[in-house]
Amino acid sequence: MKLGRAAAVAVAAGAVALLLAAATVVWLNRDDALEPAPVPTNADAARDLLARGEYLVRAGSCLGCHTEPGEPAYAGGRAIETPFGIVHAPNLTPDTATGLGAWSSDDFWRALHNGRSRDRRLLYPAFPYPNYTRLMRADADAMFAYLKSLAPIAKANKPHALAFPFDQPAALAVWRALFFRPGRFEIDAQRTPQWNRGAYLVETLGHCNACHSRRNVFGATAGPLDLAGGLIPIQNWYAPSLKDNAEAGVGDWPDAEVVALLKTGVSALGSTQGPMAEVVARSTQFLSDADVGAMASYLRSLAPAATRAAAQPAVGGSGQTTTGLATTRAAATTATASTARDRGAELYATHCAACHGDDGAGVVGAYPRLAGNRAVMLSPPANLVHMIRQGGFPPVTAGNRRPFGMPPYATVLSDDDIAKVLTHLRSSWGQNGAPVSTLEVSRYRGTAAR
Amino acid sequence: MLPPTVMPTPSCAARRRRVARSAAASLLVVALALIGSAALGAPFEDTIAQRVLACTGCHGREGRAASDGYYPRIAGKPAGYLFNQLRNFRDNRRRYELMNGLLALLDDAYLQEIADHFAALDLPYPPPGAPAEPASTLAVGEALVRRGDPARGIPACNDCHGVAMTGRAPFIPGLLGLPRDYLNAQLGAWKTGKRAAIAPDCMAQVASRLTPADIGAVSAWLAAQPVPAHASAEPARADALPIACGGGDVRGGPPPTAATR
Repeated sequence: MKLGRAAAVAVAAGAVALLLAAATVVWLNRDDALEPAPVPTNADAARDLLARGEYLVRAGSCLGCHTEPGEPAYAGGRAIETPFGIVHAPNLTPDTATGLGAWSSDDFWRALHNGRSRDRRLLYPAFPYPNYTRLMRADADAMFAYLKSLAPIAKANKPHALAFPFDQPAALAVWRALFFRPGRFEIDAQRTPQWNRGAYLVETLGHCNACHSRRNVFGATAGPLDLAGGLIPIQNWYAPSLKDNAEAGVGDWPDAEVVALLKTGVSALGSTQGPMAEVVARSTQFLSDADVGAMASYLRSLAPAATRAAAQPAVGGSGQTTTGLATTRAAATTATASTARDRGAELYATHCAACHGDDGAGVVGAYPRLAGNRAVMLSPPANLVHMIRQGGFPPVTAGNRRPFGMPPYATVLSDDDIAKVLTHLRSSWGQNGAPVSTLEVSRYRGTAAR
Repeated sequence: MLPPTVMPTPSCAARRRRVARSAAASLLVVALALIGSAALGAPFEDTIAQRVLACTGCHGREGRAASDGYYPRIAGKPAGYLFNQLRNFRDNRRRYELMNGLLALLDDAYLQEIADHFAALDLPYPPPGAPAEPASTLAVGEALVRRGDPARGIPACNDCHGVAMTGRAPFIPGLLGLPRDYLNAQLGAWKTGKRAAIAPDCMAQVASRLTPADIGAVSAWLAAQPVPAHASAEPARADALPIACGGGDVRGGPPPTAATR
């Protein structure tokens, strides 16, 4: 029975390996130690704590996910669609039965820092605790104090609707073993306090990389410092790279324009649309000039002015660039392409030129300039597809109370028409962008933002 | 079968073809003017009309959509009604993806200004096209609009929307100048719960008592009526409506959430 003994040994070895793996997963999911909670010393301090908490909750964009349109703020219920299924954001109001009423500040800190709920369940990382884990305990406590001060709303949490195996706690534990460790924000002593404040806001509360980075097949980013841009799953908007001045890097933007963009939704150099407009409306517009300036300072350091890729000639330039895109376009000079371009020009004249101008110059403060606009040249062209199909208004903010809007063309232009208009935009006024195919338009039109 | 709650949205090109086939030359000229997706050729001026070109792309130049497509006219409707609908779309009580998306990040103050702008317009409307339905169907529709059906608890449309059906300030819309497809879709949506208003939702109650045949007849007859010149809403009155409507109490309704500030 030699074979029988060998099999028994193999089974035993396998069982030991499985146990070891499980033990490793459990060990890698262990909580980081709790820091003691500071206690406000008097009434003034308590009031300051609430004000600071509200400010930080806004900086954390908590409202966007934890509120359903038309429903009480922070009472949860909004469905967050992910490639793995739907996660429903829970009720953050202090209702005892359905919200945070029974939570302590230690419980709240454990959720933010360790990604673990009050009942010790592991939390899904749609809740951006891989970012929030680096929050300072004092900030988390202020946020908790503010949430506890809200009117309690009785609204039961909806269960998540995730596909198998992602709905299994073991799968989540393995995910966390692979991609999550509790962390702390490290101050870079070589940099200014302003830069460090900006880094803290971008990496922790702002959780900018939740959109502005590529996710692997498991839905994980390379970490809070990865801001190299990525297509947002499901929504299909492209969150451009913050490290590349040819995309959304601000290395060659004056601070004042970055501040204007994040505080008002519009600036002389660009405006927000889609998911970023929501971020401005619900979060960044409420930040102080000092904090937005700090974020600008940090973001500028990600994309030094010299790193601007040579993808875009100056406005009206001759397009002497040598990118891959330009090569693709040069190869497409067939009779068909030329007919398509004529049709694109015709559609532009009919539908776009009245506002954006024959010369693509737009109207300052109202309609974006399209000539020399890096948003027009982004690859993939997903955002342009959404803009043309859905139209939109920049968000109403304190600094832009009556925004100018663009009509939706989803019922007017076919995917083929949109491809031709986009190809026209990207090859006009000295620009040398790759043509956009009907297939690409069909692929990116996807789901609307909500 | 119930009328569909989400109607196909014909393209401008399709609308243009249909108009060209069926309308007199004078109507064609008007219709073509309506089709423009923006203030074509008009110089830029910083006005509210300029700011809301996003609306007139579908709702017709200056908001007076023709009755041959899908989109409702908005010019000249009572400001309170328009404001309620803008809020309903923003807050997802009323669902139409393009409207929900456009309004998601606008606040009450701006929505009120947009509502006031379109409400204040007094524009001539082209005559409606000839109805395709038989006279018997139209007669059923007219009877329901003018007299309702007390036996089934259906009030006359005229009771709330005015004898001239041009609405009543500040919250009750006019019923004329609206496409048949649009009217069918709205009544169907109320009946199936796809369109909602601030409670008590009077129109949902009325629609629940209408049969699909009733809805088709009412929509056909209404869509065949011309919009009178200066079709402004009747002034506000204190007398009670035959049925309680939450939309009339909008300012006492739930406060705007922080999400929509």
